[in-house]
Amino acid sequence: MSTVRLRAVVNGEQRESAVDPRLLLVHWLRDELGLTGTHVGCDTSNCGACTCLLDGAAVKSCTVLAVQAEGAELETIEGMGTDADLHPLQAAFREEHGLQCGYCTPGMIMAAEGLLRRNPSPTEEEVKSGLEGNLCRCTGYHNIVKSVITASKHGGRAGSRETEGAQA
Amino acid sequence: MEAGTSPESTETTNGAPDGWVGQAIKRKEDPRFITGTGRYIDDMTIPGMLHMAVVRSPEAHAAIVSIDKSEAEAMEGVVAVYTADDLPVEGGIPMVWDPPGVEVNTPEHMPLKSGEVKCVGDPVAVVLGTSKYGVVDAAELVIVEYEPKPVVVDPEAALEEGSPLVWDQFGTNKTHEWALAGGEDVGAAISGADVVVEQRIVNHRTAAAAIECRGCMAEARGDQITLFSSTQIPHITRFLMAGMLGMSEDHIRVVAPDVGGGFGGKLNTYAEEVLVCAISRKLGRPVKWIETRSENMSNTAHGRDQIATITLAAKSDGQVTGVRAKIVSDLGAYFQILTPFIAELGFPVAGGCYKIGGIDLHFTGVFTNKFATDAVRGAGRPEMTHWIEVMMDQLAQRLDMDPLELRRKNFIPTDEFPFTTALDITYDSGDYHGTLDKLLTHLDVDEFRREQAELRERGIHRGLGFSTYVEVCGLAPSRAVGPQGVGLQAAFWESAAVRVHPSGSATVYSGSSPHGQGLDTSFAQIAADRLGISPEQVDVLHGDTNQGPFGWGTYGSRSLSVGGEAIARASERVQAKAKKICAALLEAAPEDIELAGGEFRVRGQPDKTMTMADIAGAAHIPPNELPADIEPGLEETAFYDPENFVFPFGAHACIVDVDTETGKVEVKRWVAVDDCGPAINPMLIDGQVHGGVAHGIGQALYEQVVYDEEGQLVTGSFVDYALPTAAEVPMFETDRQETRSPVNSLGVKGVGEAGTIAATPAVVNAVVDALRPLGIDYLDMPLTPMRIWQAIEEAKGRGEGPRATEQGSDAGPHGRGAAGSGPTHPDGGGVA
Ligand code: FES
Ligand code: FES
Repeated sequence: MSTVRLRAVVNGEQRESAVDPRLLLVHWLRDELGLTGTHVGCDTSNCGACTCLLDGAAVKSCTVLAVQAEGAELETIEGMGTDADLHPLQAAFREEHGLQCGYCTPGMIMAAEGLLRRNPSPTEEEVKSGLEGNLCRCTGYHNIVKSVITASKHGGRAGSRETEGAQA
Repeated sequence: MEAGTSPESTETTNGAPDGWVGQAIKRKEDPRFITGTGRYIDDMTIPGMLHMAVVRSPEAHAAIVSIDKSEAEAMEGVVAVYTADDLPVEGGIPMVWDPPGVEVNTPEHMPLKSGEVKCVGDPVAVVLGTSKYGVVDAAELVIVEYEPKPVVVDPEAALEEGSPLVWDQFGTNKTHEWALAGGEDVGAAISGADVVVEQRIVNHRTAAAAIECRGCMAEARGDQITLFSSTQIPHITRFLMAGMLGMSEDHIRVVAPDVGGGFGGKLNTYAEEVLVCAISRKLGRPVKWIETRSENMSNTAHGRDQIATITLAAKSDGQVTGVRAKIVSDLGAYFQILTPFIAELGFPVAGGCYKIGGIDLHFTGVFTNKFATDAVRGAGRPEMTHWIEVMMDQLAQRLDMDPLELRRKNFIPTDEFPFTTALDITYDSGDYHGTLDKLLTHLDVDEFRREQAELRERGIHRGLGFSTYVEVCGLAPSRAVGPQGVGLQAAFWESAAVRVHPSGSATVYSGSSPHGQGLDTSFAQIAADRLGISPEQVDVLHGDTNQGPFGWGTYGSRSLSVGGEAIARASERVQAKAKKICAALLEAAPEDIELAGGEFRVRGQPDKTMTMADIAGAAHIPPNELPADIEPGLEETAFYDPENFVFPFGAHACIVDVDTETGKVEVKRWVAVDDCGPAINPMLIDGQVHGGVAHGIGQALYEQVVYDEEGQLVTGSFVDYALPTAAEVPMFETDRQETRSPVNSLGVKGVGEAGTIAATPAVVNAVVDALRPLGIDYLDMPLTPMRIWQAIEEAKGRGEGPRATEQGSDAGPHGRGAAGSGPTHPDGGGVA
């Protein structure tokens, strides 16, 4: 198997691997970098469980080849915040009971982050259509929508965090 | 209503003034999930682990002529390729229900098929290798030659003389018949009725569709094996795995890690779990298999797929006198754990929340060339509820009566609980008028009707539908459902062990196996109140057969009313011992010790107090003042088997707009009042109702598992199997009523399936209400744009467009603008 060198900044850290050219980004994150918070829920790019940010925009990492991330800046759920220092979205999901089994949650939070970077104060309808690409079987979405609205009221993105790379 | 008695004292106060139970405290589970540090099955690896890929049949029914695995075996990184011949296991996948007096044709269901395949997706070989991508490549190189056989997919056609047979040896596709009747003679009720309404109702095939697919990983070491599996039933799995592997249970450990949703799809023991275990033993290496979504659609048990013909007899004043249901269940080709009897599982609530003189049920099971149906959220109860609630609207229409007035007329009166139904089932407690009254405080029906009429003038078709449901849950009681009851080869008590550590914090071990319900939190609340500590000090462990006592797992909305009660009881035993210790050290009598404000104290002597930490310290390092007859340590176990089921209930209302040009339905409003007894954590109840209703909306409007006439699975991915998204589900308006159950000391009932059970008839009734002026008085689910559009066209008498077939050739995308339905869709895209 011939491999290709891949370098990308992941959650602020420079990472480098030799990868199979057909390796999917989600598998690079999960299997090679150990960032297992990004999940896989389908094989057709429908569920959004694998959502992460590539140069500030939400992408479904199961639909991106790892090599396409060459030189890019990637953000995953692990880079959002820690237990001691939660990102406002993470805090809001807990506050509003926006998760049950937690499987869709990292993808939801990353998709919501992508949405809030484009639209910092979305309406309920905008949140709903903004999260249309992410499936949740547990929550019925009600509390997910509330979580995103709550986070947007608390500044959406933590004030201290780097905002570079965000797309307008 | 009073609480039932509990063997020990039930003081429930602590640091929180009124106790932790009843408070909407935030979940203990959340911190790991929101930071991406949950541990689901696919997040786990073991050094030396092999990946497994399964070679599956593309044929719905065929003889296996030959399997050539040489090319796959030669591939770099491939360690082994096995077929059924290479991998003998002791027994097939078990079905565990053996109802007395019911003859059942039970076919063999081996983890790898030899001889014949019976449905698309049937596993015929497995590839083991070092690379995740490599085994998938190698699986493609396994060449299987098939000789196709005739296929049958329509359950009614399968029952006809001359139909192709799924299993030749039975000479029929009928699996069994089960008749169940009680109360007054229904035949007489029908012939003597003022009015009889009859309807054939199709409850189509659906998928559980947890967002995490299944997955499992086995590690054999010496004569021991550990199976990690995304399952709802770790203990049952160990028990069944012992039989299939021919091993002693004590050599098997089953661990359910974080599980990404179940919805019944993981309440089963599957071929792949047996395979990873058998292969790990054979190769001496860990083996992991992760299901793809396509495999999940083809080889994780489906739900529903029943055709019910319902006859309802009533007097002219609306009093229902009898109901007859003839139900045909499409079981697919194999039996999973409960496959043949899912429809029957709903029988305790046949007739719903109504006082009906006679009930007559007849079930027929049928083999077809599809994968097995089994439990999916609600399992039997959504079906029972759907038909009775749809029929009540039909009857109201026939009698020109208000559907709510008709319901009220037939509700079991509040003062008649506990109420024994015609089928000799005792509903524990209820107040059906109460939930409906409360619902109507949130929804002004008269105002709605005015608005509806006004909108109709403008060509907007808005409809209002109701569902007043009762469900049965809390499986348990073993006497009623076990071998000497209805014949399940199992019992349904639950266990709990409560261990207080020397510092005063505690660990609760539960036999339940939650996977998203938030039970770590509600269980901690229950224990905390009884131990005089806070829920943060209570760790709840479950899902590991090597930790804590045997338990029966999480399904059927049983974990709070059975598992939670076991925790309450074990905690109360700990409390009783703590009081003894406290009494000895404070020189008082144990009966004078009370637990209040988080302290154990001598009644009437507020300065003589001890905390749980003080007591736990003394229990572990006993001071000499402690009498010798008090054993050291502070740990108790309880096993709880309830005397009855519990029967939650509620009233839901749904408002929809139907676009008569496109057939698209939009859910505008959902109002729900549920009664599942006193809330342990109201936030969690709301969450369960939201998710449950969304699941029901999904079934009613969008979701359908479709096999074409050749037995090919058309809905093989999330492109074609349409789960509702945030954009299709309304914001929910929820409220609660609290009627205690006399069955358990907590007074609680279950709520995990209530929303799903309530939802489908409310949607159908609302859509029919919207379209009635167009001459439509009944519609089968799913109410896809195409089905509605066709119904409208037919009603207009123009009949344009292809006619929808009965069993689901018209599932389709629902206008969310996705990629359409793909090339394999029978309608070539449907109406989107
Ligand atoms: S895994 Fe489903 S969209 Fe990526
Ligand atoms: S929380 Fe389970 S899928 Fe969303």
